Amino acid sequence: MKLTLKIWRQKNQNAKGSIESYQVEADEHMSFLEMLDVLNEQLISEKKEPVAFAHDCREGICGTCNLVINGKPHGPQTGTTTCQLHMRAFKDGDTIFIEPFRAKAFPIIKDLVVDRSSFDRIIQSGGYVSVNTGQAQDGNAIPIEGDVAAKAFDSATCIGCGACVAACPNGSAMLFTSAKVQHLGLLPQGKVEHETRVQKMVAQMDKEGFGMCSNVGACEAECPKEISIENIASMNMSFLGSVLTKED
Amino acid sequence: MALKNNVPEGDLAEKWTKYKSTMNLVAPNNKRRIEIIVVGTGLAGASAAATLGELGYQVKCFTFHDSPRRAHSIAAQGGINAAKNYQNDGDSVYRLFYDTIKGGDYRSREANVHRLAEVSTDIIDQCVAQGVPFAREYGGLLANRSFGGVQVSRTFYARGQTGQQLLIGAYQALSRQIARGSVTMYNRHEMLDLVKVDGKARGIITRNLLNGKIERHAAHCVVLATGGYGNVFYLSTNAMASNVTAAWRSVKKGALMANPCYTQIHPTCIPVSGEYQSKLTLMSESLRNDGRVWVPKSVADAEAIQRGEKTGLDIPEEDRDYYLERRYPAFGNLVPRDVASRAAKVACDEGKGVSKTGLAVFLDFASAIQRYGKAEALIQGINNPSSKQITELGEKVVEKKYGNLFQMYEKITGENPYKLPMKIYPAVHYTMGGVWVDYNLETNVPGLFALGEANFSDHGANRLGASALMQGLADGYFVIPYTIGQFLSNEIRTPSISPETPEFAKAEKEVNERIQRVLAVKGNQSVESFHRRLGKIVWEYCGMARNAEGLDKGRKMIRELREEFYKDVFVPGTNEEYNPELEKALRVADFLELGELMMVDAKNREESCGGHFREEHKSEEGEAKRNDADYTYVAAWEWDDFEPILHKEDLEFKNVELKTRSYK
Amino acid sequence: MGWIIKFFTSSIGQKVIMSLTGLFLITFLLVHLIGNLQLFYNDGGQAFNIYSDFMSQNPFIQFISKGLYAFILIHTIQGILLYFKNKKAKTVGYKGGSSSGSWASKNMALLGTLVLFFILIHMGDFWWKIKFDADSIAAVTYAGMDPIKDVYSKVSHTFSQPLFVGAYLLGLIALAFHLAHGFQSAFRTLGLTHKKYTPIIQGVGLVFAILIPLGFALIPLYMYFNQV
Repeated sequence: MKLTLKIWRQKNQNAKGSIESYQVEADEHMSFLEMLDVLNEQLISEKKEPVAFAHDCREGICGTCNLVINGKPHGPQTGTTTCQLHMRAFKDGDTIFIEPFRAKAFPIIKDLVVDRSSFDRIIQSGGYVSVNTGQAQDGNAIPIEGDVAAKAFDSATCIGCGACVAACPNGSAMLFTSAKVQHLGLLPQGKVEHETRVQKMVAQMDKEGFGMCSNVGACEAECPKEISIENIASMNMSFLGSVLTKED
Repeated sequence: MALKNNVPEGDLAEKWTKYKSTMNLVAPNNKRRIEIIVVGTGLAGASAAATLGELGYQVKCFTFHDSPRRAHSIAAQGGINAAKNYQNDGDSVYRLFYDTIKGGDYRSREANVHRLAEVSTDIIDQCVAQGVPFAREYGGLLANRSFGGVQVSRTFYARGQTGQQLLIGAYQALSRQIARGSVTMYNRHEMLDLVKVDGKARGIITRNLLNGKIERHAAHCVVLATGGYGNVFYLSTNAMASNVTAAWRSVKKGALMANPCYTQIHPTCIPVSGEYQSKLTLMSESLRNDGRVWVPKSVADAEAIQRGEKTGLDIPEEDRDYYLERRYPAFGNLVPRDVASRAAKVACDEGKGVSKTGLAVFLDFASAIQRYGKAEALIQGINNPSSKQITELGEKVVEKKYGNLFQMYEKITGENPYKLPMKIYPAVHYTMGGVWVDYNLETNVPGLFALGEANFSDHGANRLGASALMQGLADGYFVIPYTIGQFLSNEIRTPSISPETPEFAKAEKEVNERIQRVLAVKGNQSVESFHRRLGKIVWEYCGMARNAEGLDKGRKMIRELREEFYKDVFVPGTNEEYNPELEKALRVADFLELGELMMVDAKNREESCGGHFREEHKSEEGEAKRNDADYTYVAAWEWDDFEPILHKEDLEFKNVELKTRSYK
Repeated sequence: MGWIIKFFTSSIGQKVIMSLTGLFLITFLLVHLIGNLQLFYNDGGQAFNIYSDFMSQNPFIQFISKGLYAFILIHTIQGILLYFKNKKAKTVGYKGGSSSGSWASKNMALLGTLVLFFILIHMGDFWWKIKFDADSIAAVTYAGMDPIKDVYSKVSHTFSQPLFVGAYLLGLIALAFHLAHGFQSAFRTLGLTHKKYTPIIQGVGLVFAILIPLGFALIPLYMYFNQV
């Protein structure tokens, strides 16, 4: 299949970028990133600079790949990362727009690669259980209802790709932050610090320059792990409760 | 060089406990002054950095990823083993130890494996305390499942994303230490060389991947947790950026590479679909609990399928060869990975492959769907269910068990695995070989440690399913925090190491030269094309089956390829920018040397064991034939450009009897 | 005290302001519509005039109405602040297409602005004139009562002009869309979601967003077509 690609090229963080046009011959069984590999091989053979894009595991779990394809983070399929998207989702002759994740808190490094270290700092602000190695009691000492563990897992399944931020018209990181708050807050081990955690993480999130949630729901729709927007509502409640009732 | 494994004296079961309570310690006030470099943030690296930080050391942690959470441990699907015996099915520390030794085909070090089995239970407790959401039963207690090569249920899991959940647990523990300031995190920094001062590992040279800046980092010791080298095959289940550079650079500075020919080929991966393929995707081993592996009995049928004239559904039951069930009636479809992979290769070599390329076998869930459907109909009280009803009910059960895997399969192949049998083929998955370490996980270079997949110690010639996560976390959480004290207790008087010494300057200069060398070639072929060609050579001659002639040929081809690489590679751009092609070029350059060493090691080992199958050494039925008299040793290689030098560590088995593995 | 400022300047705190003021305004809409339904009495406006006189005299209602003005103001100012803060968090959009989410949810600021203009026209025409331009409204006397303002005639005069009717309809359509997202969003922001109750809230919100503006829209239409 013959495709026209409209790709965002930007030399570095401070350079002015623009959309460039490329032609590429692809096979419908290729993954989207393999199609870009083909393009890059083509560019290299012409001694041109290949397109920089982030990727690693190519099996939908590391959260590195992050393309906006035709306006949608991770492309047209739901519950799919860019690396799992295959070319059979497109037709011969299609024009495909490929752009980087856009948000002030995700500055562009080069072409389609962005800096998501703001996510790391949100986790560092409190996204953990304060337990040192060796302090643990037996794993079965506290039974956890199967449904609760499953719900915590659903929140914990976040891969930290940032599609929620990219999809959100406000560039808000509420889905990412709330998924972590919920994952830990639901489990008895994480509940102990829940009230402090939610305040610290929200404060860090605000500091990073993410926008505010207006419950649009684009984050949930584009999340490759289909993390529920209910996490956000639960975090709002936890935050309110914590601010209003906690004594310090 | 005599290799001292430093295994403590005493009863196997007592060694670790006794050693722990008598080893040298570093007092808290001294820990504050001691710096440790940890390279890598997968399960082993993140857990080590976090724990060492908790203990009070000054830790500097490095990853080439944009975040520690991206390390490829995240992709492990199935689970993590632990001898908890929660299922009351006869599991014990000894049994886990024994299964691991046997699964590894008696080529691992007893004391290390026993310690691994001992600490396995602590890992589960630690992870639960960190908030890892393991699967649980209705009553709220931890659930287990079974994996290949064992007869107990000891695998803990979090759906098909166990690695992800464990890594996030370790990442969070690491993040906590970063926030406390005990760990300084260096993202997007790739280690390009090891620095030795007075024979001891005292630092590393890194390249900042954002701007190409070459930096010196000094510390009292260096811990490598940089994963395996499976990407030497180009196509593997490893992540695209997984590489051997940190380990290989250490080898070039005097560390030894042990058993590099032990590579694990995982039997259930999605087959290659075309030349453009960049990586292979694993389908969890747990699928073999219910899927039946088969190929057509006749080559004619297989060829019809290859041409697309028939599908698996067109082959009647009596014309199918369920070859694992036929050859290994006792374990059937659940034989260990190496056995299952080789059997698939044999079937395809006979021309019975079932994809366009002829390199695939069927993994069929039809009979499981029928079986579950009938059972479910009974449970739901449906009398005389129609065959359609049974199929529907059965598909639901299968979906509940493997839904996410089936979905992934369909996304990649575009085929519906509920209707058509899945197509699978073996692919490189894990490397048992790695940097040689002693009982303390210290290499032969004092002050240089290696953890997790980067070392060689625990899995012998074949790793059992769900044991990689166990080893990574065991090393990081529960072994290195103790054993590193053996080295550091002698360093408490050593002042902070300065990076402004001739040794650092020299290493930095060498790194710069290496970078300029690949940039200066300005040839015509891409880095990727060299990597692809290297992968094909290694797969062809050092893959699922090896022979002396092929290994010689392969070695020669790799040498030629290496020469061609330095004459004709094209690396666009400069060093002083974000340049993924340059990163790749440096990694491929190291793979080109490692690939050769793998051939040398495979040639040297005149026996078949685990993942290493020499065609010259097999039984009449085609099974692997070990040579315990001559090869019960670890082959630890010192790199030399002309002829690598072999050092042997003899393996002693005092607690298990060496037997021929049989899964018949 | 510090914590209060910290709370109301946090992202969630600012959203809570939007949510609470929004919910108050939603309640007001309901009360306002019920009162205005008296315009439909076929009594020449007596019931409505007595009602509006009561509303303008009762001290409690007057107190509440001050709150109402304040809430409209806070909702507006906070909304503007949020708009600019969110714009700053996302300066560049996508050229290749738009991402998911309902049109209303992504255009709350635009809809809010339209509604604000509508409120300004509405209040300028009625509230301002009733309060500060007494001469523009005639008095009327009902049996046994002191003379009161004939607001009904004023309303009926306004809605005899197609331009006003059109402006009202536009404003109310904007309000409908604003409510369609705002109603359920207000609950979400407060964390009031539940697998069992959220669908009910969403259903009620949708019905509310249709019926309330529709109810209001009937007034100008009814008055207009009654006069032609």
